[in-house]
Amino acid sequence: MKRGRVWSWVAIIIGAIYFFVPLIATFEFSLRMRRGTHSFDAYAVVFSDQRFQASFLYSSVLALATIVVGVLLVVPTAYWVELRLRRLRPLVEFITLLPLVIPAIVLVFGYLRIYNSSSWLPLTASERGTDILLMFGYVSLSLPYMYRAVDTGLRAIDVRTLTEAAESLGAKWPAILFRVIFPNVRSGILSGAFLTFAIVIGEFTLASLLDRPAFGPYLQLIGANRAYEPAALAIIAFAVTWACMGLINLVGSGARGTAPAR
Amino acid sequence: MAFLSIQELRKVFGAASVVQKFDLAVERGEFISFLGPSGCGKTTVLRMIAGFERPTSGAIRVDGKNVTDLPPNRRNVGMVFQAYALFPNMTVAGNVAFGLKVAHRPQSEIAARVEEMLKLIKLPALGNRYPYQLSGGQQQRVALARALAIKPQILLLDEPLSALDAKIRVSLREEIRTVQRNLGITTIFVTHDQEEALSMSDRVVVMNEGRIEQIGTPFEIYNYPRTRFVASFVGTLNILQCRVADPARGTIMIDEQEIVASRGLNGAKAGELRSVALRPEAVSLREANGDWNRLRGTIEEVSFLGAIVRIRVRFKESAVSLDTFNSPGAPPPERGQSTIVSFARDDLLVLDGAEPA
Repeated sequence: MKRGRVWSWVAIIIGAIYFFVPLIATFEFSLRMRRGTHSFDAYAVVFSDQRFQASFLYSSVLALATIVVGVLLVVPTAYWVELRLRRLRPLVEFITLLPLVIPAIVLVFGYLRIYNSSSWLPLTASERGTDILLMFGYVSLSLPYMYRAVDTGLRAIDVRTLTEAAESLGAKWPAILFRVIFPNVRSGILSGAFLTFAIVIGEFTLASLLDRPAFGPYLQLIGANRAYEPAALAIIAFAVTWACMGLINLVGSGARGTAPAR
Repeated sequence: MAFLSIQELRKVFGAASVVQKFDLAVERGEFISFLGPSGCGKTTVLRMIAGFERPTSGAIRVDGKNVTDLPPNRRNVGMVFQAYALFPNMTVAGNVAFGLKVAHRPQSEIAARVEEMLKLIKLPALGNRYPYQLSGGQQQRVALARALAIKPQILLLDEPLSALDAKIRVSLREEIRTVQRNLGITTIFVTHDQEEALSMSDRVVVMNEGRIEQIGTPFEIYNYPRTRFVASFVGTLNILQCRVADPARGTIMIDEQEIVASRGLNGAKAGELRSVALRPEAVSLREANGDWNRLRGTIEEVSFLGAIVRIRVRFKESAVSLDTFNSPGAPPPERGQSTIVSFARDDLLVLDGAEPA
């Protein structure tokens, strides 16, 4: 075996130990609720908890709303940048990267300052308004992932020529977007959607400071007061994230009728 | 009145004027090629006809109607792109049906038209395939069917054969021409390949630097180029420097050998430097009789090209290339051998000015 290959395996093994040992330890700990034996009692407690169901449902609904708004915002923007405003690409990429460098806590304090109950748009004055504000916050947080996923999908097709071909055949903008562009960046959109779902499900800061009953604050609450349930919840959260990642791969590799990249 | 009329068309991008005063009248059912080097403005004119570019000035009329400001989706113009531009998410049948679906045609009409188009391009069994499952030639035929399915007034072909290999290119250009003739559709074909333009077109528009250099039938363009650019761009051409000897008799000197030009010396003065052009196929190695021109020289190069043998004969400063048919019974001459080349006086084109094209 070549020397380089040995070091590659060493690096892989160290990486695997770094990632998997804590996970395995957490999983093993989550099974110790019943003294003297391994059991799924912690999972049973978590799944039977009304707050778990309510917070998971709340975050899931919010994640779906975030995905819909994010797709409607990002796909036309990325499409237009690719088609007509290529010079603006660096600026748009910079803007979409901002949520990675601006901490969520800064974002939420900004929101509270602008949209508080005595502002010109008092979104935090009602629960529904705060939900909407939280959803837009999630759109911002997921923007880097959604934009990149969609942009990669758009770059893999010849957007300009496909648009012109559709136009020359008599298609108007809605037909071009929904019959030609959306289906051809479907895998990109779904990748962005699953990443968004994973982000929203685990997000704590925005939901906690806006005082909404989301899954992230619930995780924190359980973690602060229980012993075995937080470990079970951590494994459940991992499973949800992995399921999302698996679906991205499944969708990406199984996109029907997709041509090889140009 | 012409079916497609383009008047005083101009297009400026920033400081660059890419199309300058373009005038063209195309009759219904005509097959016109825009021929020129990269960057000559031919694709820009095509894109203005399609509606993808807005002219800086000028007008485009189709069947008497001014379409200059109409968006592409209201022009009823079919376009075939170099990169095929088939929709990857749709089957072949889906692609062909797309234009009819967005026009909300009845389902029965769409099905019948798709079947008709697939038969026309000789791919009736491939309706359920996706574009990535087809060869380049098949994809381009589907693109042609898709463009024709909407029964366009004009068919625009933007270098549709450039991405294909040589054999398929030849067979597909014959197919395109046959389909065009059968449907009688007015067609504009953009290419930088002179062989494609000459073999397919009713008329050729030769363009250079945003201007029309010459419009004519392939025969006219090839045999009677009006400008130095057309002479050099279309076909292979020998350009020789000469000195006018006696304009009245039409005599000129090439490397101290006197020959006669039957035209093109009106207004020339004795002693003036000129350029003359001669097609390779007009020059013969055989000793000619009558009033043909003869030049004595030495065989400098012999290139065997299969059916054709290209021979270069040097006189002194000047040289000509000539083409002869390959014949197994008559092997090509040896390099260094002295020879006499002959050509008809009518085949000698006297160009303006002395510089080679």
